[in-house]
Amino acid sequence: MGLSNSAGPPDIDLAKGTLQGKSPDESPHMTKADDGASKHSEQDERSSSLEEGAAQAQAPAAGGTPTKDGAAAPALSADAVILARAQAGDHAAFAQLYALHKRRVYSLCLRMLGNVAEAEDLTQESFLQLHRKIATFRGDSAFSTWLHRLTINVVLMHLRRKGLNLISLDEALDPSPDHGPARSFGAPDLRLSGSIDRMTLEKAVESLPAGYRLIFVLHDIEGYEHNEIATLLDCSIGNSKSQLHKARMKLREALRAPADEEVAK
Amino acid sequence: MTEPEEDYRNLTEDLNDAECVKFQASMPERIGAGEDLQDDPHMLTCERCRSLVRELEYIAEAARQLFPAEEEEPREELWTNIQLAIERGEA
Repeated sequence: MGLSNSAGPPDIDLAKGTLQGKSPDESPHMTKADDGASKHSEQDERSSSLEEGAAQAQAPAAGGTPTKDGAAAPALSADAVILARAQAGDHAAFAQLYALHKRRVYSLCLRMLGNVAEAEDLTQESFLQLHRKIATFRGDSAFSTWLHRLTINVVLMHLRRKGLNLISLDEALDPSPDHGPARSFGAPDLRLSGSIDRMTLEKAVESLPAGYRLIFVLHDIEGYEHNEIATLLDCSIGNSKSQLHKARMKLREALRAPADEEVAK
Repeated sequence: MTEPEEDYRNLTEDLNDAECVKFQASMPERIGAGEDLQDDPHMLTCERCRSLVRELEYIAEAARQLFPAEEEEPREELWTNIQLAIERGEA
């Protein structure tokens, strides 16, 4: 078990730079994709037929394109047809896209923001941006990856508007320097006490300061690499590593509190 | 405890603290680079830092395993709001 992302190569190609120079978002920081082996790609697998279809949808014969050896290429999947129709302005198809992706987008917003009302607002904003930009999606990357990045950018822009300084999160969010080494001697081991379940961890993540939560969600939950996060947040890779470490330390404190209370009883 | 013994104990603790501070200060960069800290000599002698690393690993692993499985459902009304916004030309 390690502390850095160690997944294999992405199953679905992340955006190879921009989509023909067009990013799904308004930030120049979102144009990058690199060799990061990211879990967020794996999570997108479930809608891969839709994504594959984005490329297929460009094919001239939607019912199956004959190949050189005479075999017919597979017809467009139902999901790909939905995407193609939504790109052509079909509102019903867009509604279907919403139904397919709403949980993923909303969950991402919720984890990044830790607030239901804000998460709903930004889910709405993400789908409105999707509606505006869907025609620019050309299938260079998985559709769900594209939407995922669009959503992250919507959240980041929101946080910037709120004044969160994503470059110097340390100073902005945690002005008190650490004093001495972390002490845990004598306290119960988190693993041994078995104190982490999803709800407990979720609450602890929600309690993190916004900047720490953002980095933790992007790296440990969404599977972004530090170089990707640095690009997304326009900060250094070292800063991303430092923020993540501090986020985990904060979580450890938060998760220890109930265990320590038990010991005190 | 006599005064010299106490002084010695304090001195030892200070030295241990110094080692721990140095080790823990190096953690973000080394962990971020994917280094396995279990091989660090300090880890062999310091239960405190060993426990710290173990717990941070556990938190990271728990996040990977526990979160992606669960996705939340937004309120039904959200789609209505999106539709209205599209009709108003906001999209």
